[in-house]
Amino acid sequence: MEHIVIIGNGISGVTAARHIRKNSDKKITIISAETKYFFSRTALMYIYMGHMKFEHTQPYENWFWDKNNINLKEGFVSKINTDDKTLEFKDASTLSYDKLIIATGSKPNKFGWPGQDLDGVLGMYHKQDLENLEKFAPNNEVCKRAVIVGGGLIGIELAEMLRSRKIPVTFLVREASFWNGVLPAQESEMINKHIQEHHIDLRLSTNLKEIKSDENGKVKSIIIEETGEEIPCNVVGLTAGVTPNIDFIKDSGIETKKGVLVNRFLETNIADVYAIGDCAEQYEAIGQRRNIEAVWYTGRMMGETLAQTICNKKTAYKPGHWFNSAKFLDIEYQTYGWVFSERNKKENEAYFQWQHPKENICITISFDKNTHQFLGINTFGIRMRHEIFDRWLNENQTIEHVLEFLKDANFDPEFYTLYEADIVAKFNKEHQTNIKIKKKSWKRIFARA
Amino acid sequence: MKFIKHTGLVIFLIGLFIFTASIFTGNFSLTQQELDTYITEKGYKSEIIKQELTKAIVDKNLNIFEFSTQARNAFEASNNYYDALIAKYNSEKNWTKKGEQYQYKIFGKPHTLSYEIAKKAGSGFVKENSGLLWFLTFGLGIIGALLFILPNLILLGKPGIKNDGIYLESSTNRGWIAWLVLVYLVVFYLVLYFRPDYVVNWTFILDPISKALNGGPASQWFVYGFLYCTIMLVMGVRMYIKYRHNKYQIIRTTSVLFFQIVFAFLIPEIMTSLNMPGYDFKNAFPLDYDFFFEWNLKSLTKSGGIGIFILVWGIVLTLVIVPVMVYFFGKRWYCSWVCGCGGLAETLGDPYRQHSNKSLNAWKLERWLIHSVLAFSLLMTIVTLYCYFSGTSSFLGINSQWIKDTYSFLIGAWFAGVIGTGFYPIFGNRVWCRFGCPLAAYLGMVQRFKSRFRITTNGGQCISCGNCSTYCEQGIDVRAYAQKGENIVRSSCVGCGICSAVCPRGVLKLENGPEEGRINPTDVLLGNDVDLMKLINKK
Repeated sequence: MEHIVIIGNGISGVTAARHIRKNSDKKITIISAETKYFFSRTALMYIYMGHMKFEHTQPYENWFWDKNNINLKEGFVSKINTDDKTLEFKDASTLSYDKLIIATGSKPNKFGWPGQDLDGVLGMYHKQDLENLEKFAPNNEVCKRAVIVGGGLIGIELAEMLRSRKIPVTFLVREASFWNGVLPAQESEMINKHIQEHHIDLRLSTNLKEIKSDENGKVKSIIIEETGEEIPCNVVGLTAGVTPNIDFIKDSGIETKKGVLVNRFLETNIADVYAIGDCAEQYEAIGQRRNIEAVWYTGRMMGETLAQTICNKKTAYKPGHWFNSAKFLDIEYQTYGWVFSERNKKENEAYFQWQHPKENICITISFDKNTHQFLGINTFGIRMRHEIFDRWLNENQTIEHVLEFLKDANFDPEFYTLYEADIVAKFNKEHQTNIKIKKKSWKRIFARA
Repeated sequence: MKFIKHTGLVIFLIGLFIFTASIFTGNFSLTQQELDTYITEKGYKSEIIKQELTKAIVDKNLNIFEFSTQARNAFEASNNYYDALIAKYNSEKNWTKKGEQYQYKIFGKPHTLSYEIAKKAGSGFVKENSGLLWFLTFGLGIIGALLFILPNLILLGKPGIKNDGIYLESSTNRGWIAWLVLVYLVVFYLVLYFRPDYVVNWTFILDPISKALNGGPASQWFVYGFLYCTIMLVMGVRMYIKYRHNKYQIIRTTSVLFFQIVFAFLIPEIMTSLNMPGYDFKNAFPLDYDFFFEWNLKSLTKSGGIGIFILVWGIVLTLVIVPVMVYFFGKRWYCSWVCGCGGLAETLGDPYRQHSNKSLNAWKLERWLIHSVLAFSLLMTIVTLYCYFSGTSSFLGINSQWIKDTYSFLIGAWFAGVIGTGFYPIFGNRVWCRFGCPLAAYLGMVQRFKSRFRITTNGGQCISCGNCSTYCEQGIDVRAYAQKGENIVRSSCVGCGICSAVCPRGVLKLENGPEEGRINPTDVLLGNDVDLMKLINKK
């Protein structure tokens, strides 16, 4: 029987395994050095915050793997021999495969800062990072202050985590405004304010120069590049993005660049070796997407797609329209289609923006200046229906159409205040149009395009 | 803020201590004249009971526990005496004499008989200072709890989901505090249901309020009802603060509070004061399992127009209103907007909601148990009604009184009370609703097969974090559906809306939409750009 070996038990590897099992009775082995059972990485923060226990982050009960005849192996792969199709482990044992799926995910970026490997310096990616955090920052007695370096989604999550235990946090962000390479200024500024409302010491346009050690090799303080200011701290969180976790592959003959290079079928240059998820890098970008996308759902989709190929239904990876979501402390964020920040905006793109006068609620709709084609939407504090935006993007609808039928797309809980009228009124005023909002219609919402 | 919270906790505990300690105070005794009046009032014909009670409780100063023992012994001695006579005449085949003895027997549960007489016999500080005692128990409890809860407005920070530290606290992570609360609650229910005479002092505290409302003194059920409303109100304040950003939760909490206080408490009391049968108009059969018992049917048919109205309303509520409303709104209109059991679960039980078991085994147990209880309650009703109309005492070999007693004991007292509420801190807040409520089983069947309600999953946005499953009080593994992009259509879902509230990605929404397409097992999640026609043709 064909033996499928998957390195990595994250969402990509596990999804691939599940779908291969759905479609075949091939022998499947999942290897992980991090944990025995699959858990949801995105939920690690909630364990530290006390919302959940580790077991709650495991989407499947422990009997699931036996019942579905999926072998779990704990071990660290040190070498891949593609000629005789075997894996070598750190403990010198080996395992042979017929088909190999590399799904090893990412690791936090380190940019060669002095002191970046001291005790108390950690990323927020692996289960082991969480254990480290529990060790170095169990409370605000042991950890008098934490410094977070890097202004992305993981950085703000780490800040939220530490604040939940009342630990003072200094947050160093390289950009002049939080995440302004991705978010339009309106949103970015709102988040800046919200971060400060949560008593996080946000330092914009600030870089890390070095991390200083005490006599025991533990973090003592950090020095800021621009001002030379020294900030005493007990924990430094490095959250300046992630890179593919592929060090052990580099000399295996599998072609890599930043990640493991794959074609549209997620195949590498070596037959029967595939790569999916965060560690996979497309030879050529798909649409406006990046070559490497470290997003939960693309990992899932690659797993689904590759499982089809492995089960003899060769399927290309075709991610649909871009979407994503996040939560910045108390502000929920969703995005559908492409809304680029001012910095990356294309020539033909224009924004329509609306912001609530008091609450942390705002939207930006991006559209084509000339054709008025709808390009994408960012919403903060308003939930939107994925299906509807996916359809509108497929249909190349105009922004006028989107606004007219905006009520169909609202996904907020029942009884929430709706802002469609305000939003459309603002657009009408700015563009001298006379768009009338249509009442929400189930028929339209569930009409299959 | 922390100081206020701690002070509040101390004040609350003092109130709780006084409330608990009040049981042990007071003197119980009757004068001969009072005893004679009591016996005449009750119409006891036994000479023995008079002698025995006189010996036991006249002009003695007993505490409630001594009093209870004495009183129960007296009733037992009297009944034993006549039982012996019955046995004697039976063996002599002296049927006339045997038959005569029955009128002397006294029926009722020993602790209920003891409670009734203790209510007359009690005196002491609590009874004489009910106003002061009310302040020292309920008053301090309310003030303390509010001082503990109100600082959350500031301590919780900006509005938003704040479940911070729930699994780090002993009280909400099955630590020793949780076990202590469990023991207190279980003992409370055991005493309330099975030893009401021990807590007769509590009824003295509420006598003035009861008299003002219904014209009569407080019973242990009045104490329970009053306490229930108080706890829901205070813990409702906690809900308002915790979920102040979420309108669904605010409105729903207001609704359960309204129905509990007005429909379950005030209206029945006022009806009683007007000499009508006290009836909770929202309490649908079969949750209201004694609706079709003889005593209730007799009381309703004897109360004229209002009785007949209640009878018809009760039947229409169960057969028409309940399923029609479930069709349009799901069972949540009852379970999380109206029901008293649900109301307590959502207010007092909210801090424990994360403990409901999500394993597959628990789900299997749930389906067996809840449907068995439904079958049991229907069987009981059929037997009872058959016996009522035919005038016999058993149907298909099942004794009507036996099955009613068994149901009341096992389901009404143990499952709904002792386990259902007592076990909140360890097993989660909807143990009863999930595993035992026959009405929930009935509503669930309608919801699963014929309803417009579902929890909609938002395309491919789920990141499988598991907040939804963790905080589902009904033990539904919401994530299992959400990560597949499937709508959640489950008979046990009470539509509390917390899964939607705790979701950090806005993936879940409670919706009443078209029935078509409500159940949507998805082959490929949204996001992957597959050719749908090809996919369908391949099948």
